[in-house]
Amino acid sequence: MMESPPSLFAQILFVIFALLTVVSAALVVFSGRILHSAFALLFTFCGVAALYVFLFADFLAITQLLIYVGGILLLIIFGLLLTQRVMDARFTDESHQRGSSILLVILFTAVLIGIIVGTPWKLALRPDTPTTEVIGVSMLTQYLVPFEMASVLLLVALIGAVWLARPRGRRHE
Amino acid sequence: MNSLTIYLAIGVVLFVLGLIAVLTSKNLVKILMGVELILNAAGLNFVTFSRFTTVNLDGQLAALFIIVIAASEAAVALAIILNFYRQLRSIDVDIADTLRG
Repeated sequence: MMESPPSLFAQILFVIFALLTVVSAALVVFSGRILHSAFALLFTFCGVAALYVFLFADFLAITQLLIYVGGILLLIIFGLLLTQRVMDARFTDESHQRGSSILLVILFTAVLIGIIVGTPWKLALRPDTPTTEVIGVSMLTQYLVPFEMASVLLLVALIGAVWLARPRGRRHE
Repeated sequence: MNSLTIYLAIGVVLFVLGLIAVLTSKNLVKILMGVELILNAAGLNFVTFSRFTTVNLDGQLAALFIIVIAASEAAVALAIILNFYRQLRSIDVDIADTLRG
């Protein structure tokens, strides 16, 4: 591969962010308290954004921070706090169907690792140019139809969410 | 061990952890978190492969659309969770067995 070796500082940063992502994702799944999971998810999203920076996806890293951390995580925490009594014992999360899940997950992991190791990847390295301009131009040329569909989808999802979440029994104004 | 493998490995870990959360959790919000982890893993994979090709930025655009879909999915899922809680006073998925009779 023609990749120039990154500086030691960059390597250390990469290891820190990769560990942050993986460890906090594990905390999301295995921490007993659901609120701890929500806050661990914050660090997972930030870690993935940092990995996007290491992959020279600058626009995407900012989008990840804005939408995931600013939007989706906020929604999740709202959902959590509106539906569970924080001081309640039921706020902890018990799990079920352990055995079959573990079997399925191990099988899945084996298949994925097999694919990653077994495939002869043909690697080239994209030049380290800013991506915002290219993304903006593609959005309005090659990707115009998916772009418009995504905006319609967002509109439909937002209206649908408001309609679904409205209080019952007050249907007429 | 090149850097592509490292990114793919992180993607696998995120995906598998999300899968565990979706499969084993009884809590609707935690299942939603698992789905978000899976979507993040998919996005990370797209961006990784977009980094290691010179053709174009299609991978990053796909990741962008994944983020859009994740946002609308989270909004609708939150509305469903609120309704679920209003009906059943809990968000344990095992309670929702009305259709089974």
